[in-house]
Amino acid sequence: MAHETPPVAALATLNRTGVTLGNTRVLSDITFSVAPGEVVGVVGANGSGKTTLLRLIASLIAPDRGDGTVLGARLGTSEVFTIRRRIGLISHIPTTIPELTLEENLLHAVRLAGHETAKVADSLRAVGLEGSSDRKASDSSFGMKRRTEVARLLITKPSILLLDEAISGLDSDAHALIDALVDRTVGSGGAVIVVSHDPLQMEKASTVFGLAVGALTEMT
Amino acid sequence: MSFWSQTMEIARVDMSLERRTGDVTRIVVPFAVIALLVFPLALGVDLSGISRIGPAVFWALGVLFGMQVALRQTASDSPERRDLYALLGVDPAAKFTGRTISGAVLTLGFFAALLVAMVVLYSPRLPEGWLAPTLLSAMLVAIGLTELGTLAGEVTAGLRSRTSLASLIVAPLAIPLIIGGSQTLESVAREATILPWILLLLATDLALAVAGVGLARPLEEASR
Repeated sequence: MAHETPPVAALATLNRTGVTLGNTRVLSDITFSVAPGEVVGVVGANGSGKTTLLRLIASLIAPDRGDGTVLGARLGTSEVFTIRRRIGLISHIPTTIPELTLEENLLHAVRLAGHETAKVADSLRAVGLEGSSDRKASDSSFGMKRRTEVARLLITKPSILLLDEAISGLDSDAHALIDALVDRTVGSGGAVIVVSHDPLQMEKASTVFGLAVGALTEMT
Repeated sequence: MSFWSQTMEIARVDMSLERRTGDVTRIVVPFAVIALLVFPLALGVDLSGISRIGPAVFWALGVLFGMQVALRQTASDSPERRDLYALLGVDPAAKFTGRTISGAVLTLGFFAALLVAMVVLYSPRLPEGWLAPTLLSAMLVAIGLTELGTLAGEVTAGLRSRTSLASLIVAPLAIPLIIGGSQTLESVAREATILPWILLLLATDLALAVAGVGLARPLEEASR
């Protein structure tokens, strides 16, 4: 009896998908998929639609043309509400509440996501924030806030990790933490999508696409 | 995480932010007390007039400045934070409820401070047994006002002029709350039943709660 390898279900697919924000068509006819264990890179100039592409895959905006799925949920439908917590997004601006300390920011996110707060101390240690976690986010550097985001994702363990210029402006240690997060996500059967204007940030990507004026072309 | 766990976490952090920023205690309360002082200055030396208008001024200023308490989250709710909450799996209805709880507690505290200031500055002739009905109506007004403010914040999320627009939405819709609050005390003074006014406040609070919880998800999605 012949055994066929079953096709690996893609974690995210876009099929001739388009997005319009206001009166501007930001993405058009995007066809794309990412499989478990895969790192996909997207390179594009400022304003090419990279962030919109990630927000689309994160299910934060809906397509107005074509269709797509993320973790089995159809984009633009209520199905995405149940899978959003399995998506991790690091956007180009770290998201913290300025008045809270870095540890409190992490605790808040971990509690809201329903994870064990006992992991917070270990996670802060893993990203090198054990000595400065009591610092307010408003008094912390960009890199420290970024590390707090990495600490959160170490706990929430997303199935799809979306990195939007995540490495820009980081020192080599913080860069290594993001790399470790990518390896961990891929190693556990997840997928990673990296977008940047800088092709040098695509070192971990097995496939790299170029994004120009909202259209995607495969580069490697 | 359950709906109520998320609700209480959002309320807890919101109260913690107030303790640190002091938006209500350091800004809203002092300005409202200054506004209380301005009315007697405008009326001159008519002490009986000042005494008579005290409760009405309390409710007018209470609702106007209470709007600032209710809308304070609107200014700090960034698109990035909204995205983060969505990806953490926060139920928008839990966010609405949590913010309503913390906002109502703060608004009630603000009303209490304003009430003390009004009694001290205006020496109003208050009827016997006024305190309990006033506190009950103040609590219901605080809840309604915060629900309204949170809902207006969600309706205007993502808009450039959201802070001013949210105030414009809240002000006219707060009219039943002002009427219910002020008429409760009037009824006590006339020795009439306060029940219709309490029912008006309860019905307003309930309608806003249903709208806030029911519309939380669609408004959240539409704001992106």
